[in-house]
Amino acid sequence: MSSATPLLETRSLTKEFRGFRAVSEVDLTVSEGSVHALVGPNGAGKTTLFNLLTGFLTPSSGSVLFDGRDITGLAPEQIAPLGIARSFQITSLFEQMTLREHLELALASPTGMGRQWWRPVSRMSVFADRSMELLDQVGLADRAGVPAGSLAYGQKRALELAIALALDPRLLLLDEPTAGMGIEDIDRTITLVKRIASGRTVVLVDHNMHVVGSLADRVTVLQAGQILAEGPYDEVRTDERVITAYLGSAHV
Amino acid sequence: MSEQMTASVDVDLSQPSILSRRSPWRPLLLLGGLVVLVMLPYWIYPPVAMDILCWGLFAISVDLLLGFTGLLSFGHAAFWGGSAYATGLIATTWGVPFPVAVLGGAAFAMLIAVPIGFLSVRRTGIYFAMVTLAFAQMLYFIANQARDLTGGENGLQGIPRSFFGIEAIEQDSFYFYYAGAALILVGIIIAWRVVNSPFGRVITAVRDNPARARALGYDVERYKIGAFVISAGLAGLAGGVFAISHGFASLQELVWTTSGKVVLVTVLGGIGTLWGGLVGAGVVVTLEDSLASSGFEGIGMITGAIFVVIVLLFRHGIWGTGRDLVRRWVIDRRSRPRG
Repeated sequence: MSSATPLLETRSLTKEFRGFRAVSEVDLTVSEGSVHALVGPNGAGKTTLFNLLTGFLTPSSGSVLFDGRDITGLAPEQIAPLGIARSFQITSLFEQMTLREHLELALASPTGMGRQWWRPVSRMSVFADRSMELLDQVGLADRAGVPAGSLAYGQKRALELAIALALDPRLLLLDEPTAGMGIEDIDRTITLVKRIASGRTVVLVDHNMHVVGSLADRVTVLQAGQILAEGPYDEVRTDERVITAYLGSAHV
Repeated sequence: MSEQMTASVDVDLSQPSILSRRSPWRPLLLLGGLVVLVMLPYWIYPPVAMDILCWGLFAISVDLLLGFTGLLSFGHAAFWGGSAYATGLIATTWGVPFPVAVLGGAAFAMLIAVPIGFLSVRRTGIYFAMVTLAFAQMLYFIANQARDLTGGENGLQGIPRSFFGIEAIEQDSFYFYYAGAALILVGIIIAWRVVNSPFGRVITAVRDNPARARALGYDVERYKIGAFVISAGLAGLAGGVFAISHGFASLQELVWTTSGKVVLVTVLGGIGTLWGGLVGAGVVVTLEDSLASSGFEGIGMITGAIFVVIVLLFRHGIWGTGRDLVRRWVIDRRSRPRG
C-alpha cells in the first residue's frame, strides 16, 4: 500500500500567531502513494498546517521537506510547479470564468503561456481537449461552458478537484473536500477522490469520520496544534486518548 | 489571506461582449468607431479632437489596471506627464520625427514604471493608490526643481512637431490629427490585444481571486507588474502625443489632479469596458472645452456633479450602461414569442 520513502516530511514545524501556537513542533511523515488524513477538533491547526505546507503561511520555525528537498519558506507559486496542488476549504474559484476556462488556466500555468500578451486568448484552446477530459472525470463535462458562479455547491467542490488534478500533482492536498455536503454528494466525492488518488499521494483534512475511514491509509490526529496520535484508521479510532479528546464526543 | 479584492470591480464576463467575434454588432460598432475617428476633426476643433483621443487612451490605460487587474492607480500622471517631458526633450534635442519622440516618451514611462510597479504592487486597495500617488508627487517635485532640463514652472516650451518634412502635418493641426490618431490607434489596439490574450485571462484571474491564482502557480506580483508597465506605456504614448499636439509639456501634466481626472474619466466611461475610456474622454474634454470658451469658471463643479450622478445612477458608466441596455433589448427580442 505505502512504500517506505516519505514524499512529504515536516520537522518540528511550528507556527505562532502573536504568542498563540497554532501548530506546535509537528513531525509529520507522508509516504509516497498513500492517502493520509489529518483529523482533529476545530482549531486543532489543520488548515494552518495546510497553509504552511503550500507556502500560504511561513513557519515560525521548523522545516518542510518535499521529496527530500527543503521547501520551507517558498511562495505558493513556487511550490505549485514542484507538484503540490491544493484545494481550498472555502470554495475558491473565479466566479465569472467558465469551467473550461478554469482548467485551461490551470493547464497553461506550467507552460508559461500566461505571459503572452500579444497572442489571442483563443490560443488557450490547445488545452480544450485535456480540460474536457478532466471535467469528464469529475462529472462536469456537460457544464463546461457555464460560469463557475452558477454551479451548485457540490459541483463547485468537484470543479476544485478537477483544477487540482489539472496540475497533475504528485502530492494532492484536499482541505475538507466534503465540507457542507449532503450524504449523496459525500459518497460521490469519496468515489471521486478514490479514483483520482490512485498513483498519487493525497493528504486530506476532513471532519467526517465516514470519509476518513473510507479513504485514508493513515490518520494523524491533531489537538491544539500538536500530534496526539498517528496510525492506521482502525488503530487510531480505538486509541483511548483520541476517543476522549475528539471522537468520544463526536462519534459514539 | 491578506490579498482581498482591491477596488470593487463588478464586471460581468459571463455575458458575451457586444464586440465579441460572434456578435452581429461587432462590424457595425467597429465601422461606427472608425467613422467617428475620421470625422471628429470635421465636427470639432482639431486640437480638441486630439485631446479627446489622448485622454481616451490615457483612460484606457487606467482601465487596464482598474478594470482588468483590480488595481486603482492614483499616480498615472507620472507616466502621462513623464512621457510628455521625455517626448518633448527628445523632440527638442534631436529633432527626430514626432512618432519617434513619442515612442521614446512611452519607453521612458515604462522604464520608470518598473521600479514604481515593483514597489507598489505588494500593496492593494487604498495603499496601492497611495504608493502610486507618492511616486507621482516625487516626479512632480523633480520636474519642478530641475529647471535647466524641464523649464520648472514655465514648462517645456516650443516642442517641435517634425514629420519627415511634410508641412501639412507639421503646421496644420487638422492634418496632424490623423498622424496623431494613428499612434493612439496603435495604443488602443495594443490594449485590446492585451485584454483578449492569455495574459489578459491571467490578470483577470488575479483580480478575481489572487490566492487561487497563486495556488495554480501564477506569480501574482509579476503579473501585476507586467500589467502596470504595459499600462504605463500606453499612458506614456497618450501623454507623448498630447505634448506634441500642444507643443509644450507643463507641470499640469504631472500634478496629482491629473491622476484624479483620468480615474474620473475612466469611471465615467465604465470600469472594465476598455472602450468606455474613449467615451468618458469625449464627454469630459468637450465639456471642459465648451465651458472654458464660454468663460465659465467652475468647470470642476460641473464635471464633479456629472461624476456623482453617473456613479450613483449608472454603476457601469456610460459605455457599460449602454451595453447593458442593448443586451437587455436583444434578450427581450429573442425571448418574445413570434406572431
